[in-house]
Amino acid sequence: MIRYTLRRLISLLLSLLAASIIIFAVIEVIPGDPAAFMLGVNAREDTLAALRDQMGLNDPLPIRYLAWVGGLLTGDLGTSWTYKTPVADLVSDRIWVSLPLALYALTLSTLIAFPAGIIAAARRGGPADLGIMGATQLGVAIPNFWFAMILVLIFAINLRWFSAGGFAGWDDPLAALKSLTLPAIALALPQAAILARVMRSSLLDMLGEDFIRTARAKGLSRRQALWRHALRNALIPVLTIIGLQFSFLLAGGIIIEQVFFLPGLGRLIFQAISARDLIVVESVVMLLVFTVIIVNFAVDLAYAAVDPRLRRRA
Amino acid sequence: MKLGFSIGAALSLTFVTLAALSFVWTPSDIETLDIANKLQTPSADHLLGTDHFGRDILSMIMMGARTSIAVAVVAVGIGMAVGIPLGLWAAARSGSLLDEVIMRGNDLVFAFPSLVIAILITAVFGPSAVNAIIAIGIFNIPVFARLARGAALPLWERDFILAARVCGKSSARISAEHILPNIMNLMIVQGTIQFSLGILAEAALSYIGLGAQPPTASWGRMLADAQTLTAIAPHTALIPGGTIVLMVLGLNLLGDGLRDRLDPRIRVDRT
Repeated sequence: MIRYTLRRLISLLLSLLAASIIIFAVIEVIPGDPAAFMLGVNAREDTLAALRDQMGLNDPLPIRYLAWVGGLLTGDLGTSWTYKTPVADLVSDRIWVSLPLALYALTLSTLIAFPAGIIAAARRGGPADLGIMGATQLGVAIPNFWFAMILVLIFAINLRWFSAGGFAGWDDPLAALKSLTLPAIALALPQAAILARVMRSSLLDMLGEDFIRTARAKGLSRRQALWRHALRNALIPVLTIIGLQFSFLLAGGIIIEQVFFLPGLGRLIFQAISARDLIVVESVVMLLVFTVIIVNFAVDLAYAAVDPRLRRRA
Repeated sequence: MKLGFSIGAALSLTFVTLAALSFVWTPSDIETLDIANKLQTPSADHLLGTDHFGRDILSMIMMGARTSIAVAVVAVGIGMAVGIPLGLWAAARSGSLLDEVIMRGNDLVFAFPSLVIAILITAVFGPSAVNAIIAIGIFNIPVFARLARGAALPLWERDFILAARVCGKSSARISAEHILPNIMNLMIVQGTIQFSLGILAEAALSYIGLGAQPPTASWGRMLADAQTLTAIAPHTALIPGGTIVLMVLGLNLLGDGLRDRLDPRIRVDRT
């Protein structure tokens, strides 16, 4: 396990290194002079010089790259040109919308998908299975932002159960959760459809295995064999998908935040794009990619902890 | 399942036809605004009603189908054209440093969801349909590379490949002449799935303003325009959204049907 962890750790570090180089190159090298790009054609010469100085553009590229990465490592994400505020502060305000939203959606998606997938697999070919599979077929075809708009139309505009958008703040946790509920459902349902399908096919694979026949031969009912033996083994691929979905939900949240006017990372990044605030875009994108890579790493480790065969193969 | 395939094929064909038809004819011109007739519900004059500029929604849907299909086709094309050769190359040199580099590179691209790639590209080059194509296309590359490598690896152990090697063929020629034809079915099935994901991604990018720009019609943009109007004119949101669902559903059913038809044994990575 230690060898495996070390190997994965090295590849994690290499991925982070490569990702940071790519992002740095796209944001700071491709535009030529990022300061001129950010300020536009009518920029005054002294403003330009001030921004160049602030961004450290007078230094050679490798120094700039190292300074940026060094800053990231010490929590200094630079200072936003438009907000005149440290990017780290901007991010830490907004992460408390985006992260809870992703976790909320992940919880909902799992709560919906597990029973749906298990019922479908247990009653394979029956009406429940057909119904659930039909619903998942529809679920994967629905764009989550459109689903969000429909939810607003039904539950905010017609029924008035929820507000159509905005965020209440964490001072009142219940109100905060309430304002995240519709967005979380919109994010979760399409993901739940995928997860339910994975759960079902993984369980069906397991139910065909010899150890299930052995368990049945020992006198366990179909239901007992499913719950005691098949389910635990079927969880492995399901866990991987849950890990992948977390990063997807975090990125997908960016779009849903737009529908509900939530002050999360998505809003920050779009405002930064339209204001050409490259410093904010660079750091927030790096943060998102960093999260995806770390989550995948954690899933890989969890995977190996559950399934010893994987350690040996690696 | 046969029924699913027929429905999928019919839906997909309908949208392709609508898109093709839009080159020569649409019910009305979407570039002339008719404010007097804005936000009309479906009627004989406008089968699907009109939007906030009085434009005919059916015509917008037809023009939008063109954008969606064009973006998704080119993005899948990029993914296949780059991903399949990379995957085949990695499989031919399985276990080597090259294989490792290609596959780790793929892992890296997976860390950049297409939305994040689009954000990066748009921040520097500005939003456009072309940038949406590039963002979705880049994301498709590792999907095909992994699948091609995974499908090609077991083939390299087979006798007919050994025979080809004995004939003195290079591994590049074997990959192109013997491996590729054997994995092509799988690639086509995955292609339809990536195609439907591409439609969804294009809609999402256009919706948040990172994709097709006005006056180019796009289903995602129609939804963005409709967002503030859902209370007074729900059809402006329901119709484009429903169109996306039907198109994606059709492609998914088509993909499932093709998979069953082409090879019942193959398993496709849907996640």
